[in-house]
Amino acid sequence: MALLTLPVTTSTSKGKLTLLCDAKTDGSFLVHHFLSFYLKANCKVCFVALVQSFSHYNIVGQKLGVSLTAARERGQLVVVEGLKSAVDVFFRPREEPHPLQFLREASAGDLQPLYAFVRDALEPVDGAEAAWRCPVLLVDDLSVLLSLGAGPVAVLDFVHYCRATVCREWKGNIVALVHDSGDAEDEESDVLLNGLSHQSHLILRAEGLATGFCKDVHGQLRILWRRPLQPTAHRDRSLTYQYKIQDKSVSFFAKGMSPAVL
Amino acid sequence: MLESLLALDGLVLLRDSVEWEGRSLLKALVKKSALLVYHDLFRDPLNWSKPGKAHPGGPLEALRDLDKRTGSGPATIALDSLSWLLLHLPCPTLCQTLHALSRQDSCPGDSPPGEQVRVLGLLHEELHGPGPLGALSSLAQTEVTLSGTMGQASAHILYRRPRQRPIHQTQWFSILPDFSLELQAEPPLESRPRSDPHTPSVDPTTHLTFNLHLSKKEREVKDSLTLPFQFSSEKQQALLRPGLGQATSHIFYEPDAYDDLDQEDPDDDLDV
Repeated sequence: MALLTLPVTTSTSKGKLTLLCDAKTDGSFLVHHFLSFYLKANCKVCFVALVQSFSHYNIVGQKLGVSLTAARERGQLVVVEGLKSAVDVFFRPREEPHPLQFLREASAGDLQPLYAFVRDALEPVDGAEAAWRCPVLLVDDLSVLLSLGAGPVAVLDFVHYCRATVCREWKGNIVALVHDSGDAEDEESDVLLNGLSHQSHLILRAEGLATGFCKDVHGQLRILWRRPLQPTAHRDRSLTYQYKIQDKSVSFFAKGMSPAVL
Repeated sequence: MLESLLALDGLVLLRDSVEWEGRSLLKALVKKSALLVYHDLFRDPLNWSKPGKAHPGGPLEALRDLDKRTGSGPATIALDSLSWLLLHLPCPTLCQTLHALSRQDSCPGDSPPGEQVRVLGLLHEELHGPGPLGALSSLAQTEVTLSGTMGQASAHILYRRPRQRPIHQTQWFSILPDFSLELQAEPPLESRPRSDPHTPSVDPTTHLTFNLHLSKKEREVKDSLTLPFQFSSEKQQALLRPGLGQATSHIFYEPDAYDDLDQEDPDDDLDV
């Protein structure tokens, strides 16, 4: 996949927050890519999977060459299965901490239990066993937390704490997907997206084509590096590619250069 | 000038956006200031870790404590970021605290002139509505709005001085890797990159199977042609000059032997 050649996935970029954003299209292919990428790179991954079931991610992962079940069994992967545990939270005693505990609160609470779960999952274990490379937090996706009743400030605080711990303290990476509803009325979604953009080092934005659905070009990907204000040519700050999702990979090409139209 | 921001007192707002981030400029300005005391509120601003190593009252109390420090000379307080504070605190509370910090209404005997405080606050424009933005803007003596074109960053500076007209200034700059500030001249007004000078311009009429060129004679004839519906002065004169040289049309008719030209009944169909 062409993304692997971009600096976004080199091993020198540690302690970074990469924001995946989709507008008028489905950006989950980026989540699958990063999940398989980091597992293959031997990183310890905590995956907050709120949108699909574990078996779905596993099936797609197998097409990309990783087995999530095996990774989970050997301790490399910790998964918060949102679809399953959202129901569990109501059948457990209240005293037991649960990552999705905020669902039980009558008023919008904070996401501290979720942060605590992530912290415990990724905390480097002292001792000889340094089996894994840097810790990675992957979230699919943050907009679901808004839909479940958490406020945008609570979600931003959760990401802030994860950044302080995973990125700054442990030099790990965070990759999170958020949706751009494009709806001017949805203020919470806007605050969340803008707040996350300001916290990110790299923004990958998957957009549907302005002209609508196309069989051969599924969308375009804009890459924005939020670098310091160094003198740089315009093309170093952002790039745009168009892409087509295939069964086991995604092919990228420059705008207007799809093989189907050449 | 951008570098003299540190010489001004009061609240300086650094307004940035997702595309043009302002944190590097804030760091560059902080680097220039004399004494740096770092309050780490990044690690645990909301006291989530136990035991809480953070300031017990949270960031608001930490800010208010800064206000209470006495007699240590002029100081610069850099806030990264005001947006975080605005999202977590009510706007009036934040405004009051900032107002107290930047000592707007200090009575003459209150603080000696040497103890001026300046507050540099980083504000992310897209995160807030016009109300809070307007409130902070009215508190600020100086506003620096970051933007840019073609990879070159610019700061639009608005100075407000009491009893004076506000001053606008635009400064192009860049931040070097060691966070020193480099001022630059305005880039030329080219809105798109120059085309590659090595590709020669191609004449499209060279390889055609038909001839699109005109010879000199053909061009002369073409240029001298008057268009039929173009109202030139010659045409105007011709229309205004009646009759001279312009013959009215005549019909010349030679009657045949069979013709019986009866002027009263030329068609011979009257039953008289």
